[in-house]
Amino acid sequence: MTVAAEGSPPLRMAGARRNPLLQSEAVQGFALISPTFVYALILLVLPILVVIAHSFWTQNYLTIDHTFTLENYRIALTEPIYRDLLWRSLYISLTVSLLTVALAYPIAYFISFHGGRHKSLWLFLITIPFWTSYLLRVMSWKVILGYNGVLNSGLMGLGIISEPSDALLYNSTAVIITLTHAWATFAILPIFVSLEKVDRTLVEAATDLGDGPLRSFLRVTLPLSAPGVISAALIVMIPTVGDYVTPKLVGGKDGVMIANAIQAQFGKASNWPLGAALSVTTMIIVSLMAGATVLVIRALQRLAR
Amino acid sequence: MTAMRRFLPGWLSSYATLYILFLYLPVIFLPIFSINTAATPKFPLSGITLHWYEDLPKTPALIDATWNSLLVGISASILSTVLGILAARSITRYRYPGRRTINGLIMAPLVLPEVIVAISMLLVMLQLGLSLSLFTVVLGHVLVCIPYSMTVLTSGFEGFDRSLEEASADLGESAFGTFRRVTLPMVAPAIISSLLVCFTISLDEFIIAFFLTGTEATLPIYIWGQLRFAAKLPGVLALGTLLLLASFVLMTIAEILRRRAARRTQNEGGLHA
Repeated sequence: MTVAAEGSPPLRMAGARRNPLLQSEAVQGFALISPTFVYALILLVLPILVVIAHSFWTQNYLTIDHTFTLENYRIALTEPIYRDLLWRSLYISLTVSLLTVALAYPIAYFISFHGGRHKSLWLFLITIPFWTSYLLRVMSWKVILGYNGVLNSGLMGLGIISEPSDALLYNSTAVIITLTHAWATFAILPIFVSLEKVDRTLVEAATDLGDGPLRSFLRVTLPLSAPGVISAALIVMIPTVGDYVTPKLVGGKDGVMIANAIQAQFGKASNWPLGAALSVTTMIIVSLMAGATVLVIRALQRLAR
Repeated sequence: MTAMRRFLPGWLSSYATLYILFLYLPVIFLPIFSINTAATPKFPLSGITLHWYEDLPKTPALIDATWNSLLVGISASILSTVLGILAARSITRYRYPGRRTINGLIMAPLVLPEVIVAISMLLVMLQLGLSLSLFTVVLGHVLVCIPYSMTVLTSGFEGFDRSLEEASADLGESAFGTFRRVTLPMVAPAIISSLLVCFTISLDEFIIAFFLTGTEATLPIYIWGQLRFAAKLPGVLALGTLLLLASFVLMTIAEILRRRAARRTQNEGGLHA
């Protein structure tokens, strides 16, 4: 509280770069953030280190054998079941992030360039469904895609199909649809922010110099909004690879993902080190995929110019 | 070309409308089927009833879960908002080395797969010999709520004019008096907005609660347990509708407050700058 009142105006600060004042400024700032920082260290960094440590150990019935081994990683990478789950999770998260970004971009563009006075209303409309329980949103897709579900009864009512199709639910397509819906907001917001930063005079200049709307979009707006596209893709890709609820509720046998296997190791199978190795492997591989995505988008951005 | 320019916004706005429909459609089916007499959710509705709602207060397990969720939500929102205030104030007010790294670390739970965050915390808690309970759920929820709290609070704190605090101190107000009469009124809407956002997240959060709770269930865990029984579905839909309504009301209030906070700090800052 005293810290709040002891503020000094930025003008005086700028003149005092090498002053002890800077020291006290840094110390004050650091002291203020340290409780939150320590909290994140204890409940995020420490736990991740413990998971990494576990991934090199072995489960010995109820106890853990602390001798170093790479056996868990061998199992995670070569056992067909885990390899398949990992591939499927990567495939699903890549597809979902591409779909979400592709579907979200026009919306973000519309709000940013044609939203007018209603910009914040549009943004609010888009964020509201996101604030409803994730569990409930997945559940409503189950209601829609189910054998007796809305889509089947609707299609039958319209006479398009004669009997309910069971191809809609319990497969990886159902997982992809549900995840694409669930993560939409996360993709729209970063793209919107980067589109807001696009200098409108540049677009005008391109038009004045003879570029049509499509060309000026492809050569000016789209490359300039690449940072938003990158963060949208990453924000969707990394968390969806480890989604647990969606595959469990709408995935069936065909849509199981790696998170379900990880959970099983910490639950029924009770093999913590293997669960830890699966988690670490997933994180590393999804990070590589995310890095590759960034490189691809950057390359496309350079090509567009 | 001019034709295309006129055509494009029209095309885009119909796309936007369709997209909003796609966003809302699944959510809308929850309330619709929660007043259906039949237990299976399909069209046409077999009749309209409120009895799934009437059954809700008669379920002791649900009442317990509601209290647990309220307890966890209130504790998590207060704790994460306090930690969020400290961090947001530090980030918006001070410059120091490592500021960005620390900020990145605090925001990281936002982009990590929740299952991995949950199992890592579970491992550490078990190693530390903490028994799993609602308390461990609160600890987990605080970690995932802080990034949201930070986002709301930094937008409220940014543009906050320090000269107002200086003026108050110069005019003889004590440090506490300055905080109470100048700082607090300006940041209060952002703080309340952060409390509401964190409460909503905690109320709806499933994965972390699922891994970190002992025997006590929160509402999403109760719902998860009920999903196994097809006959219980309408009750779950009714409960889901109520939760939906609660989230909607809380988030609308939070959004109004957040905007008021942003406007207040900007206007008053601008006036005195």
